[in-house]
Amino acid sequence: MHSIAGRKSGLQWAVHLSVVALVLLWLIPTLGLLVSSVRDRDQIAETGWWLAPLPVEMTFRIRAAPDDARASGDGFVIAGNVLDDPAQARWFPDGAGTVTAFGTRGAAPTEHAPGDTAELRTGGTLSVARDGAFTITAPDALTRPVSIFFEARVPPRVTLDNYATVLTSDGMDRAFLNTLTVAVPATVIPILIAAFAAYALAWMDFRGRGVLIAAVVGLLVVPLQLALVPLLNLHNAVGIGQSFLGIWLAHTGFGMPLAIYLLRNYMVGLPRDIIESARVDGATDFQIFTRIILPLSFPALAAFAIFQFLWVWNDLLVAKVFLPSGSDAQVMTVKIADDLIGSRGGDWGILAAAAFVSIAVPLVVFFTLQRYLVRGLLAGSVK
Amino acid sequence: MPPILQGLFTILVGVTGCVAYFWLSNLLLDRVICPPHGPHAGRNITRANLIRPWLFLFPALVVLGLYLAYPVVGSFVRSLHDRSGTEFIGLGNYADLIASGGFRVAVRNNILWLLVVPAAATAFGLLAAQLTDRLSWGNVAKSLIFMPMAISFVGASLIWRFVYDNSFDIGLINAVRGAFGAERAIDVIQIPFWNNFFIMFIMVWIQTGFAMVILSAALRGIPEETVEAAIMDGASPTQIFFRIKVPQIMGTIVVVWTTITFLVLKVFDIVYTMTGGNFGTHILPSYMMSFMFRDDGRATAVAFVIMILVLPVMIWNIRQARREMR
Repeated sequence: MHSIAGRKSGLQWAVHLSVVALVLLWLIPTLGLLVSSVRDRDQIAETGWWLAPLPVEMTFRIRAAPDDARASGDGFVIAGNVLDDPAQARWFPDGAGTVTAFGTRGAAPTEHAPGDTAELRTGGTLSVARDGAFTITAPDALTRPVSIFFEARVPPRVTLDNYATVLTSDGMDRAFLNTLTVAVPATVIPILIAAFAAYALAWMDFRGRGVLIAAVVGLLVVPLQLALVPLLNLHNAVGIGQSFLGIWLAHTGFGMPLAIYLLRNYMVGLPRDIIESARVDGATDFQIFTRIILPLSFPALAAFAIFQFLWVWNDLLVAKVFLPSGSDAQVMTVKIADDLIGSRGGDWGILAAAAFVSIAVPLVVFFTLQRYLVRGLLAGSVK
Repeated sequence: MPPILQGLFTILVGVTGCVAYFWLSNLLLDRVICPPHGPHAGRNITRANLIRPWLFLFPALVVLGLYLAYPVVGSFVRSLHDRSGTEFIGLGNYADLIASGGFRVAVRNNILWLLVVPAAATAFGLLAAQLTDRLSWGNVAKSLIFMPMAISFVGASLIWRFVYDNSFDIGLINAVRGAFGAERAIDVIQIPFWNNFFIMFIMVWIQTGFAMVILSAALRGIPEETVEAAIMDGASPTQIFFRIKVPQIMGTIVVVWTTITFLVLKVFDIVYTMTGGNFGTHILPSYMMSFMFRDDGRATAVAFVIMILVLPVMIWNIRQARREMR
């Protein structure tokens, strides 16, 4: 802010606070999903991610087996500890924990306070102590297991289980490799083709150059949707069909106008003297291009490479149309949008982990190469 | 061959193929067809210089022609045929579209998107650019606001589905409502009409960073003297911003605005992931995909409607580019 006498500090505070608010609004949604991806699936269902560092009160159900009953006095007794049950063992590593309530019916799992004695519907009583020890007494021999519901306070559990699940049983590992397979050639090949064309449009004089540049600017905004049907039909007609080759070609085509436009804009700005003196020294255009223009254009090449890589990596539309729909060739975006949201709809631990598997690489690329990306954006739109 | 090897192989073939093409074709031109020596050296050099640009351009032109120019014509022709593609039905597909309620909803929503998203993203971006400009931690703040640009539309949609979730213990929106005493969780994605705005906000969230980066560079480019003169004359910060700064970067604001507008006309991912077009949220790109693989005639007709919407801005863009060339 510019200093305006007397009001500076108040204004500065307002600026700081509004930027903090803006940054939080932009960050919190992503943060929530990141936190959820490392929480236990059962805990996600119990409390919001904003309470993740706090212990969670969870309800459990175990069954006391009738075989454990022993005769005692004029009836039968089952004794044990609810925390030792194998189904819940991961929550109570040393059998340690605190029972906060218990119950005998699924409809009211927290009816009784620990230490109380509850009547069982089948006759007999159940009591659960704070440390988990329970006693069931029954007048007659038990034939069926007795359900015990209890609520216990469980410490927050940080786990990579969700990542393990999506990467193994949900097939995100295969999808990750497929995305990589699509993205790398679809980034490398257009750069090369576009660089030569950009040089011709920037530094060679020929009839029709202006028209070609205008055409590239026009093609820059042709909606992708227009290309889908005719190109898929074309691919089917020449035998490429829906395949990796098809999607590489498609991405090469769709990225071409931006590549030529960005690179030409950059190359035009290179100093004329260098190129002319190389010409005078007898260098051919091919030599000028490979020895002078390419190395000098590195920032623009890097900027376009980042754009194209992010675009292809994140693309859903082209992958849905030009790749076969089977799980062998599914990329991550298709996998998430078509498979996981359908089959794992409410399972936020899994969905969150899948999302972060798919955005990890773009985020790394983004934060390490941000400098080039910003430079490229500026070259493309501010002259 | 596993796809990853196939990918490496393609890179190898593609790169060496390209390099070999450019190198060999130039060599052929210089050594065999038009050698710059011998009896016609002068004429040959002129000729070689006439041909060479086209050698450099050839692969790019083929790709552009095949993958972008041909589809414009191909799609239009296909949209004049019926579902099977054999029978010519003139403008039948377009007539069907105009008669269908789904298309009208998609057009209405698309107009809303075009009005709201570029305006909101540019406004937020301008605000963020101005506020972070002289801040000590401004660059960190900018990085964080810019970050959603790296996230796929699918990933972003998932992030916001989580925020909008229909439960007090999962969705942030409902949690906030719960804290203020709401009794029942609502699903904002199913509120008729207003759900569109919740979906649009995802796009605003993604594009604000882009607008901010470009506008922030433009703000830095404003000559200091103009601002200083305004301060001397006693202008308030608001006046400086709206009367001095904004008019000077108007050109950049227009560029940002149109760039986001084009993007809005292409992006089907967000609607597809959020609702699949249910609850009256279709926009033209997602509406087009609902016909893809089922009725190519209808799908291409919708695509061509999008093209017609883009056309005026495209022509304006070309004009601008030509003006700069002169």
